[in-house]
Amino acid sequence: MKRALLALGLVAGLAAGCGGDDDGTSGASADGKPQLVVSAASSMTEALTACSKSYPGAELKLQFAGSDELAAQIRQGVKPDVLAAANTQLPDALASEGLLSKPVVFATNEFVLAVPESSDITGLEDLEAEGVKIAIGSESVPIGEYTRESLAKLPPAQEQAILANVRSEEPDVKGIVGKLTQGAADAGFVYVTDVKASDGALEAIKLPATLGPGATYGAGVVEGAKEPKAAHAFVDGLVDGECADALQAAGFGAPPG
Amino acid sequence: MSSPRHTFWFPALLALSLAAALTFLALPVAAIFLDSSPSELIDSLGEPGALDALWLSLRTTAISIAIILCIGTPAAYLLATRSFPGKAVVVTLIELPLVLPPAVAGIALLAAVGPAGILGGAIEGAGIELALATAGVVVAVTFVASPFYVRQAMAAFAAVDRTLLDASRTLGASEARGFVRVMIPSALPGLAAGTALALGRALGEFGATLMFAGSFKGITQTVPLAIYDRFSTEFDSALALSAVLVAVSAAILLSVKLVAGSEALGGAAR
Repeated sequence: MKRALLALGLVAGLAAGCGGDDDGTSGASADGKPQLVVSAASSMTEALTACSKSYPGAELKLQFAGSDELAAQIRQGVKPDVLAAANTQLPDALASEGLLSKPVVFATNEFVLAVPESSDITGLEDLEAEGVKIAIGSESVPIGEYTRESLAKLPPAQEQAILANVRSEEPDVKGIVGKLTQGAADAGFVYVTDVKASDGALEAIKLPATLGPGATYGAGVVEGAKEPKAAHAFVDGLVDGECADALQAAGFGAPPG
Repeated sequence: MSSPRHTFWFPALLALSLAAALTFLALPVAAIFLDSSPSELIDSLGEPGALDALWLSLRTTAISIAIILCIGTPAAYLLATRSFPGKAVVVTLIELPLVLPPAVAGIALLAAVGPAGILGGAIEGAGIELALATAGVVVAVTFVASPFYVRQAMAAFAAVDRTLLDASRTLGASEARGFVRVMIPSALPGLAAGTALALGRALGEFGATLMFAGSFKGITQTVPLAIYDRFSTEFDSALALSAVLVAVSAAILLSVKLVAGSEALGGAAR
């Protein structure tokens, strides 16, 4: 009996595996709206998920990862319709390589020091003490690059003292936030939207304006996109439209100018 | 159609399936070596970060394997030679990390022995630092790799002819002596196979390490983490480290097949 059931399961699995050939990657959805594959930086997960539900122009298929990872995928030949990155360097670079349309700046994000709620740390000075554990982004991701650039604007002794306390270089912002909420790290450098998304588990400490204005986000349409028209409309909507509203509700700033 | 004569389509189907499987499995591995020249590989390995990662992986894997062998061998012997109520549950619990996604292993370790986990206070009180420390990598690697060894070791001990052990007992040897002198030597091919599987899994550990121990050069950034860190910005370097990992893993598998005979790896099924 057991064996018969096992065989039945196997046959069913084979049938599903070998026979299943419906591809859900392209074409229009049931209600006639075009399907749009959007690769977006992890920091926009909540905001874009929120506006995708009622997005009028297309059925949005969102995939979130580090901007650098998404850019690397595009360089390796993966073709989403839109790339929305957490900086402007990557979209600019892809555009100059002919892989992306001219990028549009659509949002800004304030760079902050994040600590677990009710932490004793109140500012940058507290990060220099011995034994403080700091989590930052890896050099290869925008948040990590930006953190290093910003800290380099501090007096060298302070910069060195803070970098000496770095205990983890995370491949994405979620890693930094996770290390903070789990108590593995005492402080981390992230964007204000990441703190807002933690629902009170983390607190944001404002950084001196001299450290820099934060991140500017850029988006573009991937060359060879299946739905270029809908993709351009989506990118425009990031600047002004439903998704722009959702971004601002999540703590993003409006694009400069 | 239903006549029992020789047909060609079935053997052809078998051969086709094998060819498809082989292409699918071998092509990506081959691409790692085809996508870069040997000199590029060696150059990329020369950078200090890559060597740090290799050295860290070797150290943490060696410590994990030592722990797994010391504790896993007697535990597997007990499970293979005794029956007791609830044994099936115990074996299932021990084997569970085999099928856990790495992210679940990372979360589970954080919840158990992370700073905010149920034993976090006690561990901190004892002055032991696991999170964001090399010791944390060892914990993560040991957690995911040990079931590979224990499972194989259990099967190996269970397959030893018990009359050998009984004979040594009749001759007055204690069970401990029989374990060391009879059981371990007899089960050695299986134990070696288990060690190799655990070794391969340990070297490749990624998710649990990243979530539990973090990623820092020389401290917690093992080879798989270094590969992931480089994948977007230094693809060549990531390729080089991947090539090393492929070569080491292939060497482990091959050496086991040569030393223990090809039946050792399949021994678990008995």
